[in-house]
Amino acid sequence: MQKIGVFVCWCGSNIAATVDVKAVANAMRSEPGVVFSTDYQYMCSENGQNLIKDAIRDYKLDGIVVCSCSPRMHEATFRKTAMAAGLNPYMVEIANIREQCSWIHKDMPEGTEKAMVLARAAIAKVKKNAPLTAGTSPVTKRALVIGGGIAGIQTALDVADAGYEVDIVEKSPTIGGRMAQLDKTFPTLDCAACILTPKMVEANQHEKINLITYSELENVSGFVGNFTARIRKKARHVDEKKCTGCGVCTEKCPSRKGLNEFNMGLNTRGAIYIPFAQAIPNLAVIDTSNCIHFKTGKCGICEKNCSAGAIKFDQEDEIIERKYGAIVVATGFKPIDASYFDEYAYTQSKDVVTSLEFERLMNAAGPSKGVLVRPSDGEHPHDITFIQCVGSRCSHDATKGKEYCSKICCMYTAKHAMLVREKYPDVNVHVFYIDVRTPGKNFDEFYRRAVEQYDVDYIKGMVGKVTVEGKKLHVQGSSLLSNDQLHIYSDMVVLATAIEPDPTARSIGTMLTASMDTNDFFTEAHPKLRPVESPTAGIFLSGVCQGPKDIPETVAQAGAAASKVIGLLSKNELVGNPCVAHANELLCNGCSQCERVCPYGAITYVEKEVRGPEFRGVKRVAQVNEAVCQGCGACTVTCPSTAMDLKGFSNNQIIAEVDAICR
Amino acid sequence: MTYSYYPGCTLKTKAKDLDRYGRLSAEALGVTLEEIENWQCCGAVYPQASDEIATKLSAIRALDAAKGKGQKLLTLCSACHHVIKRVNHDMQTDDNLRLKANNYLKLDEPYLGEAEVVHYLEMLRDEVGFDNIKKAVKNPLKGVKIAAYYGCLLLRPSGVMAFDNPECPTIIEDFIKAIGATPVIYSQRNECCGGYISLEDKPQAQKRVDAIVKSAMDAGAEMIITACPLCMYNLDANATEHRLPVKYFTELLYQALGIEEEKEGA
Amino acid sequence: MSNNITTEDILRISGVDTRKCMFCGKCSGTCPAFDEMEYHPHQFVYMVQWGMIDKLMESKSIYKCLTCFACLERCPRNVQPAKLIEAVRQAVIRQQGMNHMTENDIPGLLEDKLPQQAIVSAMRKYKK
Repeated sequence: MQKIGVFVCWCGSNIAATVDVKAVANAMRSEPGVVFSTDYQYMCSENGQNLIKDAIRDYKLDGIVVCSCSPRMHEATFRKTAMAAGLNPYMVEIANIREQCSWIHKDMPEGTEKAMVLARAAIAKVKKNAPLTAGTSPVTKRALVIGGGIAGIQTALDVADAGYEVDIVEKSPTIGGRMAQLDKTFPTLDCAACILTPKMVEANQHEKINLITYSELENVSGFVGNFTARIRKKARHVDEKKCTGCGVCTEKCPSRKGLNEFNMGLNTRGAIYIPFAQAIPNLAVIDTSNCIHFKTGKCGICEKNCSAGAIKFDQEDEIIERKYGAIVVATGFKPIDASYFDEYAYTQSKDVVTSLEFERLMNAAGPSKGVLVRPSDGEHPHDITFIQCVGSRCSHDATKGKEYCSKICCMYTAKHAMLVREKYPDVNVHVFYIDVRTPGKNFDEFYRRAVEQYDVDYIKGMVGKVTVEGKKLHVQGSSLLSNDQLHIYSDMVVLATAIEPDPTARSIGTMLTASMDTNDFFTEAHPKLRPVESPTAGIFLSGVCQGPKDIPETVAQAGAAASKVIGLLSKNELVGNPCVAHANELLCNGCSQCERVCPYGAITYVEKEVRGPEFRGVKRVAQVNEAVCQGCGACTVTCPSTAMDLKGFSNNQIIAEVDAICR
Repeated sequence: MTYSYYPGCTLKTKAKDLDRYGRLSAEALGVTLEEIENWQCCGAVYPQASDEIATKLSAIRALDAAKGKGQKLLTLCSACHHVIKRVNHDMQTDDNLRLKANNYLKLDEPYLGEAEVVHYLEMLRDEVGFDNIKKAVKNPLKGVKIAAYYGCLLLRPSGVMAFDNPECPTIIEDFIKAIGATPVIYSQRNECCGGYISLEDKPQAQKRVDAIVKSAMDAGAEMIITACPLCMYNLDANATEHRLPVKYFTELLYQALGIEEEKEGA
Repeated sequence: MSNNITTEDILRISGVDTRKCMFCGKCSGTCPAFDEMEYHPHQFVYMVQWGMIDKLMESKSIYKCLTCFACLERCPRNVQPAKLIEAVRQAVIRQQGMNHMTENDIPGLLEDKLPQQAIVSAMRKYKK
């Protein structure tokens, strides 16, 4: 006969207010196999834990049930308690009588009855528990950072400074990301390039950092500490070792059709190009869709002009496969497609631009060399209207747009307005706003400067329609405070478009089995307490991929993610989860269904000699790699011959629980 | 392909051209339009109040007739299309209306929104295909700059009408290209012509029309085309400052297809 | 005058949830009948929410809405102000003797080219 102990926690009044804890403890005392049952105010406290330890020793318990909060909260605590008293930690079961009972019931008798049922189920299960021993797995001391914007760069630098190898995989030909495209940064108005490029250079020169640019992640397998990533390094058609980044090829290239991505397509570039002056790595790349050589087989002017002999038309994609202990997602964002908001005439006039486009128009390295001109005719503008919240804060059932506030638009719009007024005092600047949201250090002061010092015309209201009228843009909007419909004839309209996760995020999330929300932002393991970790072990989040944020917040989060990575990589081995699947080889019929549903690739099939009472011989059977299995149980419910079972959650145990509940 | 056809009151009276050219062109393109029997006026405006039942019944009868024939219900007038399409959507989504309307109508079997409502332009785009129209065109309208006037009813609310991008539609522009002419994009093409307000407040309608026609003219248009008799009336009769010829799109299709000459030739 | 029409009545007739509104004013920014209206689309939302129904019922604004659905389409919160205006108008014309236009008015308004559609629309909009 087994000896089971039951420990009912009050959790102060959290449980005790709705569950008669003494009645539960008393009732459990008469359950078969239970030799000890008690209640206590805070079972997780040191005194509470001592109570458990003493009972395990005094009554020689071989299994315990703690009726308390969710196992997510304190299962680990009580397992350690049991271990300290010499009991196998997997002989501990938690009956969740808080989240699943006291918090959702109001009626004491009802709550008490349910708590008893949950306790009986846990007792039934623990009787069928077997001691389990967790295996260990080694940690690969290298991190992979996906995305080379400011978030990815900062995380990589911090991890590398701690002495670990870091690879940054970046899909475009250069690192730098969105921040590299910005002109100035709020609220200090320092030049984005001036503060970013030193970090780019540092990342490039760091002996522990390896930049894998113009490359895309193709597949990730494995688990925390032991990921294997396959990366496709796209052909630049330029020999990285030979190219000096002199740029002669980019000037000589006769094709000028490629849209300049760095300038948001506001001007064109050669088919062979270097994204921008401070690009890192400073290497040319050939855009084959616009290259005359790739289209017709002729030309080759870049090749003739390259004194380094770096042009390699026949270069092919390269596949890199490498092991990593941790993966950091830093995939960043893009502005939403403004053409869905064509009531603002975005597709009808070149003079209607997004804020990021405006950023390029103001920048010295931009298409107009930093001289603010109308894109349509190059003339100096006299009136500019900014429209905020384009595509942000829309209801879930609206025809378009995002439900969330994009967070950065109020501040960058104030910045744009101020910069225009500073540089061109003759330009009238109007800003239509719903609310001006400026929580942040020195943020509201910044916005007030735009209003009070720079005379920016802030209008509370929204633009309903922008129409093209001759050379002007007729902006028709409401002014709520004066209850008027305004008609402002502007030379340019700037749309503060919402931001959304980079389109590659979804497929990367799937590859990593990292959960995402309905907006494709990555979900954190806990919104308050674990904000930089994905619920998937070994996956960390850095920057806007997790939610809208500005540069200081991004850098802070990047550092936090790095510290989590360092904590993981500093370990030599990780203790695994012993609650993994295993196949009963006698029952397995070799159908492969479990292999197909396993999200971790933990199941393989082998030809094996099997000896049983009814079968003796070689047959095809499933085999579980216990280091890879995460214990999700998908295989156990798929298996048609009940050969698959999960340790710690066996079919037997679960049926015993159900039986106890239905008794 | 055979469609159940709902012409609507105005196409039998003041807008005979919209109907006649539409029928002849469809025939030439190999599309058969079978006018449904005993149809009643759709009511011209969609009853927006959520407690309106009786005002939706005539549209439901037309929808049920098409369902009975197992055909899609084709409309040509923008207003009829708007009303019938939205009532059909209500019959698919509004339990209260579905119950009460069926209780009242006592049809052989309850109507639950099974019919599909298709506008003539959607038929051209999705059934015939603009590429095929281009091939069938005998008299391309080369060099003519045409402003497509969508108005409100075909596009909005886009969630229900699902006709085209409500702010940046392309279907009529694609049609214009198919008949060999040049489409002109202008900002007011999806803004209201004033509609029925002409009866209540003529200056209000005139103001709307002037803005639309001016916007089209500024963009270089030589002509405006529409699918709606009321838009046609307003753009023509309520233009004060600026004026452009206004035609039904079916008339241009008819011309481009060269149906007249064919008939004369035969 | 008191019409005994409440916020709840208008919300029920219209099917609108005024609480969804964030008062951005885009409806009034886009409304082509703004100048003709005494109360503008965003004010309909506000005034219905706060029970100022009588003022709306007495205002000519309810006959100036073109039912063009621009406010409804462009509203970022899917509040559908046009439905509120329609509901207030219905609340008026459903009352005894409150038709805004009748068949008797039509002969004086007829024009050669005026399509039937316009007359039918007006009867639907202005008369019960």
